[in-house]
Amino acid sequence: MSDNLIEIRDLSFAYGERMVLKGINLTARRGQVIAIMGNSGCGKTTLLRLIGGALKPTSGSVQVDGIDVGALDQDGLYKLRRRMGMLFQFGALFTDLSVYENVAFQLREHTDLPEEMIRDLVLMKLNAVGLRGAHALMPSELSGGMARRVALARSIALDPMLIMYDEPFAGLDPISLGVTGELIRRLTDSLGMTSIVVTHDVQESLKIVDYVYFVSDGVVEAQGTAADIKASVLPFVHQFVHGEADGPVPFHYPAPPYRADLGLNA
Amino acid sequence: MEAVIRSVRGLGHRIVNVVQRMGVAARFFVLTLLHSGPSFRRFQLILHEIYSAGVLSLIIILVSGLFVGMVLGLQGYETLQTYGSSDALGILVALSLVRELGPVVAALLFASRAGSAITAEIGLMRATEQIEAMEMMAVDPIARVVAPRFWGAVISMPLLAALFSAMGIFGGYLVGVVMIGVDEGSFWSQMQAAVDVKNDILNGVFKSFVFGVAVTVIALFEGYDAPPTAEGVSRATTRTVVTSSLAILGLDFILTAFMFRGV
Amino acid sequence: MQRATLDIWVGAFVIAGLAAVLFLALKVGNMAGFNTGQTYAVSARFGNIGGLKRRAPVKSSGVVVGRVDDIGFDNQTYEANVTLALDSRYRFPADTSAAIMTSGLLGEQYIALEAGGDKKMLKDGDKLKLTQGAVVLENLIGQFLYNKAGEKGTEEKPAQ
Repeated sequence: MSDNLIEIRDLSFAYGERMVLKGINLTARRGQVIAIMGNSGCGKTTLLRLIGGALKPTSGSVQVDGIDVGALDQDGLYKLRRRMGMLFQFGALFTDLSVYENVAFQLREHTDLPEEMIRDLVLMKLNAVGLRGAHALMPSELSGGMARRVALARSIALDPMLIMYDEPFAGLDPISLGVTGELIRRLTDSLGMTSIVVTHDVQESLKIVDYVYFVSDGVVEAQGTAADIKASVLPFVHQFVHGEADGPVPFHYPAPPYRADLGLNA
Repeated sequence: MEAVIRSVRGLGHRIVNVVQRMGVAARFFVLTLLHSGPSFRRFQLILHEIYSAGVLSLIIILVSGLFVGMVLGLQGYETLQTYGSSDALGILVALSLVRELGPVVAALLFASRAGSAITAEIGLMRATEQIEAMEMMAVDPIARVVAPRFWGAVISMPLLAALFSAMGIFGGYLVGVVMIGVDEGSFWSQMQAAVDVKNDILNGVFKSFVFGVAVTVIALFEGYDAPPTAEGVSRATTRTVVTSSLAILGLDFILTAFMFRGV
Repeated sequence: MQRATLDIWVGAFVIAGLAAVLFLALKVGNMAGFNTGQTYAVSARFGNIGGLKRRAPVKSSGVVVGRVDDIGFDNQTYEANVTLALDSRYRFPADTSAAIMTSGLLGEQYIALEAGGDKKMLKDGDKLKLTQGAVVLENLIGQFLYNKAGEKGTEEKPAQ
């Protein structure tokens, strides 16, 4: 059994004419928390979709646990997905089901377990995220942070080997930010999973991740441990980590020269 | 000249888009049928949808049916009286409802109430990534979300049309016999003599079944295919009601021409 | 929505719907009418079928005993060839006659069977020998006017 759970080699993907990813190389070892960072629209979410098999690569390969995801048929893909979990940006809880039913969803669909066992498992998963007491609530009654925690409990229901997080820190208050970050780290360690976190949030993620990949313009611009990234002098990384207004990503949207626009050139 | 060419090209473009969309919708319909197995094995899913589409539409169907029947009674009496045939009021009310108004009006109401609700529900699930989440959890959304709604609505539609017709006949009876004073005996006996179970009633049930399928497929497709934004969903809901209504009226013509030709 | 409540509502709805269908079938339509059952075919030739249509009723003594199945045209004898589907429960003598009648003054046309006295009964595929075509309104009016004119003529003669 290879040490690498995920191996991505020379992955390229195009939406029609537009090349979004141009040769990504990425590995994730078992038990690691990996962060994928970059600007909006640089292809981070596309990358998650390619790992999950929702999209097929234009060229290159994505291997999860030794299986080539792009070559799987529908059945094979579904079998693989039962071992993966995904946390969507705003939770994506099923609004017509209660918190309990949401977490129990995969157990009901994919297993034949008796009710008492399902109940025990659901309560255990909810306890892991601290929301066991909220099991009777409906998603509309939850705050953003709570909804995301329930979604997390839902995605670990079948003890997956891999969880992908799409912007888990977006729009949370400071306490929820801390809780979410800690949960990601704690669950990865205690369940022996691998976690891939796609995020903009530098502060929170650098606290908990083992390795970071910086994606820009469809390629991996930089990679390294959290400490490496913080100390990096690469202009792009530096601008991102320190939140500088101007740098490789310019402040000004492309425009004709200022004087010309104001009509000052005679 | 340029403007004419441009508008013709634009028109052709739009027609091609419509035809292409119909092809995608047809494929979607076949997929729904193929993936219906799980909904029947877990019948609770379909029961839930019969409640959403059928039971929740009861009030509008029953009230509208009553009013339509009462209007038929009034208008029918006015016209028949000039020919001294007010005894035929029962026939007029019953045939109009069972053959045409029952299936068609009930389907139109169903499209605006249940059809738009289905589109909104599914469109919202798309917009909040619930459908994608389901796919990532290896649960086929067509089998779990779309098919139960299809069967729930298709089962509900003929029942609602029959209830509409029954309420309408009762409304006609209320106005004609109770209020105006048409002879009760001839109201019912002439009706019974003229309404044929096979030709009129079963044809009406078949029509409402066809309308049910059409409305539901349109509603499901518009919801599933909607752009995952708030604006996209609201536009899809409007499109459902408009397209369903046109489909109902068009199909009504085709079915009526087939069924009631030469009778 | 609790599962039990939901089940009750759905059950009530389906029962109500089926009851409505039953109501329509029994009280509104005529189930006693002739819709499913064994039939046997009998044919008859008419000089003029008037407004007779397929699925028109075949009555004897005013009771519906069958339906008009098919209407065709015989190119040799230039007569209309009507096929009747009679309910297998009712047997008619071989010399039964068929006439095309109108229900009411302006109503739909139907075929009236008058039973004959033959001991042999009609079988599937038999032909009715005695038929009377439809009364066409124009011919009736023309006949009436002609008769009236004739009457006037005979009236005037004695006066002269």
